[in-house]
Amino acid sequence: MTNNWHMLTVVGKDKPGIVASISEALFAAGCNFGEASMSRLGGNFTIMLMVQYEGGTERLEKIIAPIAQTLNLRCHINAIEGQLHAHREPDVRISVYGQDRTGIVAHVTGTLARAGLDIYDLESDVGGSGENPVYIMHIEGHAMRGVDALKEALETEKTPGIETHLEEIDTIIG
Amino acid sequence: MAILEVLTIPDPRLKQESQPVERFDSSLRDFIHDLEQTMRSSPGGVGIAAPQVARFERIIIVDVSRKPKIQSHGRLVLINPEILEWQGMEKGREGCMSVPDYTGNVIRAKTIKINAYDESGQMRSYDCEGYEARAIQHEVDHLDGVLFLDRLVSRRTDLFQRKVYSEKSVAKSD
Repeated sequence: MTNNWHMLTVVGKDKPGIVASISEALFAAGCNFGEASMSRLGGNFTIMLMVQYEGGTERLEKIIAPIAQTLNLRCHINAIEGQLHAHREPDVRISVYGQDRTGIVAHVTGTLARAGLDIYDLESDVGGSGENPVYIMHIEGHAMRGVDALKEALETEKTPGIETHLEEIDTIIG
Repeated sequence: MAILEVLTIPDPRLKQESQPVERFDSSLRDFIHDLEQTMRSSPGGVGIAAPQVARFERIIIVDVSRKPKIQSHGRLVLINPEILEWQGMEKGREGCMSVPDYTGNVIRAKTIKINAYDESGQMRSYDCEGYEARAIQHEVDHLDGVLFLDRLVSRRTDLFQRKVYSEKSVAKSD
């Protein structure tokens, strides 16, 4: 553990004000926040939050416990290596959509991994209707063996009913 | 010849509006030379605006020709640039010498028509598209004290939000 960084994971039934309650309590206890990702997944509140706290994991757990209890949330804290200012630039974006069925993620990410994709970011949703669910996924990452290798793999491993689009990310630095 | 110091956030001068150039003389050309050196010294730098080096005049340089497979005008020095027409919209990734260790998605016009003076004070007109048009829009923003951070769209924004017109605004446009 360096610089007293922790990864706080919080999961529970979503309701308004959770982020404010957690962040106010941690701020009052002297915590500093790093990077975070919050998402509502299937009606659940989820967050992963980098928290810098000098008092150690156990005391941090005690700070968060009463809020977790009040809001009926489950929390998990891991001491981690703090890695701010270590962003990696993705060079490729892949979007996938199709009628929802099991195995889409395994098939697509397996194909891409074997063709050299290192995933930096993945998010997915299920849209459509109850009768006709549609699975939609966005992936960003680094094409370790070049974008053409990924394109070729997606073409070869094409599955009926699943649309994949690959786009190079060409970042402007200005 | 000099590489100039680049202002970085949160320097408030980056939010300052720049003034039109009035004199096209040798000191202007010397400055442009240094500005270009500064742009080329940045890894991946394809554009720069004078206010980024604390000269608050409406001067930008864009050169996307180092990127393969991209249609461009090569090295462009645009003084007192005015974007006259915008067409289409596209999401793309941007970073900035003034905003280290962060890139984000921004929506820009796909094609633009621009008028600007060159280094000798000659008025010129350009039609630009894609990557070059994006770089120009990013730099022109600097002249108005606008950073790409002011225009970020979420990673999830892949399609444009459907615009909802209220009855009132529809009635107004009639």
